[in-house]
Amino acid sequence: MCGTCGCGTDGNGPTILKPGEHTHQAEHHHHHHDNHSHDHSHEHKHKVLEIEQDILQNNAVLAARNRGYFEAKNIFALNLVSSPGSGKTSILERTLTDLKDEIPFYVIEGDQQTLNDANRIDALDIPVIQINTGKGCHLESDMVYDAVKKLEIKNDAILMIENVGNLVCPSMFDLGESKRVVIISTTEGEDKPIKYPDMFHTSDICIINKIDLLPYVNIDVDKLKNYALQVNPKLLFFEVSATTGQGMEKWYKWLKENRINS
Amino acid sequence: MHELSIALGIVKIAEDETAKVNAAKVTKIELEIGVLSGIEIESLNFVWESVVQDTVLERAEKEITVIEGRGKCIDCNTEFDMENIYDCCPKCNSNFKGILKGKELKVKALEVI
Ligand SMILES: Nc1nc2c(ncn2[C@@H]2O[C@H](COP(=O)(O)OP(=O)(O)OP(=O)(O)O)[C@@H](O)[C@H]2O)c(=O)[nH]1
Ligand SMILES: [Mg+2]
Ligand SMILES: [Zn+2]
Repeated sequence: MCGTCGCGTDGNGPTILKPGEHTHQAEHHHHHHDNHSHDHSHEHKHKVLEIEQDILQNNAVLAARNRGYFEAKNIFALNLVSSPGSGKTSILERTLTDLKDEIPFYVIEGDQQTLNDANRIDALDIPVIQINTGKGCHLESDMVYDAVKKLEIKNDAILMIENVGNLVCPSMFDLGESKRVVIISTTEGEDKPIKYPDMFHTSDICIINKIDLLPYVNIDVDKLKNYALQVNPKLLFFEVSATTGQGMEKWYKWLKENRINS
Repeated sequence: MHELSIALGIVKIAEDETAKVNAAKVTKIELEIGVLSGIEIESLNFVWESVVQDTVLERAEKEITVIEGRGKCIDCNTEFDMENIYDCCPKCNSNFKGILKGKELKVKALEVI
């Protein structure tokens, strides 16, 4: 079990469920650590394999497969990443409510536990799959591959993939998305982009959420943007409030314009 | 803690490669990790022992080569050392750069018996 974010090695694989489906948690196994002695007996023949293999290659291969599938079906797939609670699901709820008559949407929800977020999306009558990663702290391309098979997405749709709330780990794992969207809320402090640079470096879009709270929090939004641009000068910003709806129109315009030639 | 996934990925690679050559176990594994790869070597070391337990890597010596970061400014072509992914060009302060080195995350070699 790791101190940083709670991942452990006694991992059950991820579970992938539609709202209403049930699962049985596998038993947890607890390992004990013995101190190994590093005995190198040289009586056997050693052989060196120069493999030069990229550790993320497995994830990259399936991500490419997802991307090919999305492109072939003209599906615009977004990977939404943020710290826990920045408002990923709230932004989704408002976006889906406002645009679902115009655009077919599908949602994949990633959380360590619970069907809560999937149930919030299901309440809007949008097809949704929940991936529970258990101890895992990010989605990987194989989980998305399995979820996509279950979703049976129509051509020309938008697929929203809400990653596990975590500003570190999801950055390294390409899911095959068309664009990556990092969400940061006004309560998080303006220096997040340089504290967690990898996520901002790998994203295309940055949504600054909870701008309705600006009168109450001490944050300099320009400074936040400048830090983010220092990490990634190509970032495009939207300032919104999922609660009041402020600023959402610009985001909708971008969605509509970009899903065509994704 | 994506280092856990990374460690599991390394185990998978080691298991696959040893199976290919019918080796019983790995005695030494050489990794290359760039300073801009997003991996904390301390965190990787932290999860290592428990992840390699009962695998071909269980008793393997782990050797990590750290690859320093290097970038090239897109605006003025200056090459420079990078410690962070957001380091800007020391000559013209541009944030637009290509990363030449430091993103590596590789199993370079396995010594097996
Ligand atoms: N004031 C205000 N509150 C918001 C806004 N957007 C979300 N919230 C609140 O922030 C909290 C977290 O929102 P969620 O949408 O669940 O956040 P999330 O990023 O999906 O969280 P996880 O999935 O747990 O990582 C909820 O209490 C929301 O009501 C906003 O624009 N303004
Ligand atoms: Mg959520
Ligand atoms: Zn320069």
